[in-house]
Amino acid sequence: MESNKHFVVGIFNDQDILINAVKKIRSEGVKIHEVYSPYPVHHLEHALGYKRSHMPVAAFFFGLTGTILAILMQTLMMGVDWPMIIGGKPFISIPAFVPVTFELTVLLAAYGMGFYFFITQDLGPTRVPRIFDRRATDDKHVMAIDLSENTRSEDELKVLLESVEAEESYRKDFTDEENEPSFGKYLIDVLTNGVTSSSRQLN
Amino acid sequence: MQVVSQVREPLITGGKTYKDVTEDICRPVEQAPPKSWFAALTISLILLVAGGAFLGDLLWNGIGRWGLNKTVQWAWDITNFVWWVGIGHAGTLISAILLLFRQKWRTSINRAAEAMTIFAVICAAVWPIVHMGRPWVGAYWVLPLPNTFGSLWVNFNSPLLWDVFAITTYFTVSLLFWFIGLVPDFATIRDRAVTKFQRIFYGILSLGFDGSAKTWMHYESVALILAGLSTPLVLSVHTIVSFDFATSVIPGWHTTIFPPYFVAGAIFSGFAMVLTLMLITRVVYKLEDYITMEHIEMMNIIILVTGSVVGIAYVTEFVIAWYSGVEYEQYAFANRMGGQYWWAYWSMMTCNVISPQLFYFKKIRTSIVATFFLSIVVNIGMWFERFVIIVTSLHRDYLPSSWVYFTPTAWDIMCYVFTFGLFFTFFFLFAKFFPVVNMAEVKAIMKDSGPNVYKSRKTIPNDLVPEGDRVKETELA
Repeated sequence: MESNKHFVVGIFNDQDILINAVKKIRSEGVKIHEVYSPYPVHHLEHALGYKRSHMPVAAFFFGLTGTILAILMQTLMMGVDWPMIIGGKPFISIPAFVPVTFELTVLLAAYGMGFYFFITQDLGPTRVPRIFDRRATDDKHVMAIDLSENTRSEDELKVLLESVEAEESYRKDFTDEENEPSFGKYLIDVLTNGVTSSSRQLN
Repeated sequence: MQVVSQVREPLITGGKTYKDVTEDICRPVEQAPPKSWFAALTISLILLVAGGAFLGDLLWNGIGRWGLNKTVQWAWDITNFVWWVGIGHAGTLISAILLLFRQKWRTSINRAAEAMTIFAVICAAVWPIVHMGRPWVGAYWVLPLPNTFGSLWVNFNSPLLWDVFAITTYFTVSLLFWFIGLVPDFATIRDRAVTKFQRIFYGILSLGFDGSAKTWMHYESVALILAGLSTPLVLSVHTIVSFDFATSVIPGWHTTIFPPYFVAGAIFSGFAMVLTLMLITRVVYKLEDYITMEHIEMMNIIILVTGSVVGIAYVTEFVIAWYSGVEYEQYAFANRMGGQYWWAYWSMMTCNVISPQLFYFKKIRTSIVATFFLSIVVNIGMWFERFVIIVTSLHRDYLPSSWVYFTPTAWDIMCYVFTFGLFFTFFFLFAKFFPVVNMAEVKAIMKDSGPNVYKSRKTIPNDLVPEGDRVKETELA
């Protein structure tokens, strides 16, 4: 069985039932591929056993870069390259450099982290998502279990999902094209017939 | 058992489910806009074009078109700049500071408030750029680029340059914060889209977001850090704006109270503008279940608090002027209150200090009509505050021979109208094409602050609840 193509999907209606389900399923030794939710569910990441987000570290180092760049820029411009006497003040007057240093720290921290987030999470204008169930961005929590990563059969997993109060469970297979959706194909599909591998039929 | 707040009303009413949230917020985006939307957009465009004609003439002929003279070199331009920047501050306050304080009521209004921030900062940025006279070289003057006449750089000791960095950083960071918040909602619209345009437009904007738990985890972290960065940022922006005045030697400007006083004033006027916009949006988009009386009351309480802070600042300024013993300072303040601009000063005092005190009455702060009226009064008052500070301090120069009275010209007025046109055009386009309420965040608070919270009290046996907090049988129905 090829990996990342054959899944059993469980639909959950409530965040607390979902978290209990995740804990129970993982304790049974079943590996969960991913859970998709319409909103951030707190403690779900702990239940799934994810490591702490590394975004704060990224923000700190990007911010530090901003601080250093700002101090270097101001001292080099005002103190070294073209010193000017302004109100008889020192050429390099640190208190006057505080505001710009602060602003550049914030600017680089925010944008550095923002783009770090987009890149590490594979988010971009040309990305076409692989959608398990469209209700995941509406009102349901969708749990995907990869059949190739687990020894249990499809039917066993469905029984397990129902035992943890999943509303429904079904098998979901992706074709090669759906598995690696391309933006060009998405655009052409939308423009020619309005339907793509990741969208529903036009009304 | 679920823990239920004993003091807070539910934030989302009307028995809404998750599905209803999606439907209610996506509907205006997906359907053809109503006639009233076209009418509103047309009016905004008329203001934009009419004001734009005067602005074009101003750029062609120079800022001598404004009523400025050699004594009053700054008047409506900088007044409008500070006013618009101040309005922008409420959006950041709602989305960032209230996020840090874990205030759940922010979720229904943060999207529109942040949009307001971005559009207000664009309107504010018009003024410093236009007032340079030759804006086409403005970017080259204000940015740290080497000058072709030698390696002469911008002056990093000047608060006006700090302003350039503060405003651009504030604008770009707010834009990022707003956009990251929009991504999950764009994904919701993308997954419901039925037209080709929507599939491509929201498909691109949603960046392929799929709501996976891992992305949500990092997303939450990013939102929290952006809030943490935006909070000192928003305070720094108006602090630096106030430095434009406070670091000068003009009586009436040269005071250390300016930074906190400007920040309080900014939040005060910003919340008033949020209320003006949200009260209209609420009715037009039928969002009464999302922006409830609880939300309106909260915002009114913030207006009351910041309005009182501003009032104390006005009084403090006078006391310090008297106590300093500096006769120029004392004259500047006496002149503010009783000089030729007494009418502007007393308009400011009435609108900013007296009128928000009405919100002590629960009847007034829970009345939509009174709130709408007072929110406009507050914005008028805050415009006068900046006008009073700027013009009254300038029009009495050190040389009595150069004392003048500033009168605006048609260009002053119409350039201001231009920024209104710009603001409302952006806002109406936003209200049509973007979801006006943050769906993902509203859904996230539904479970503990949604319409079912009182019913869920049934899960706590009534005899375990302290006697005063017990729910009456009628409320449980």
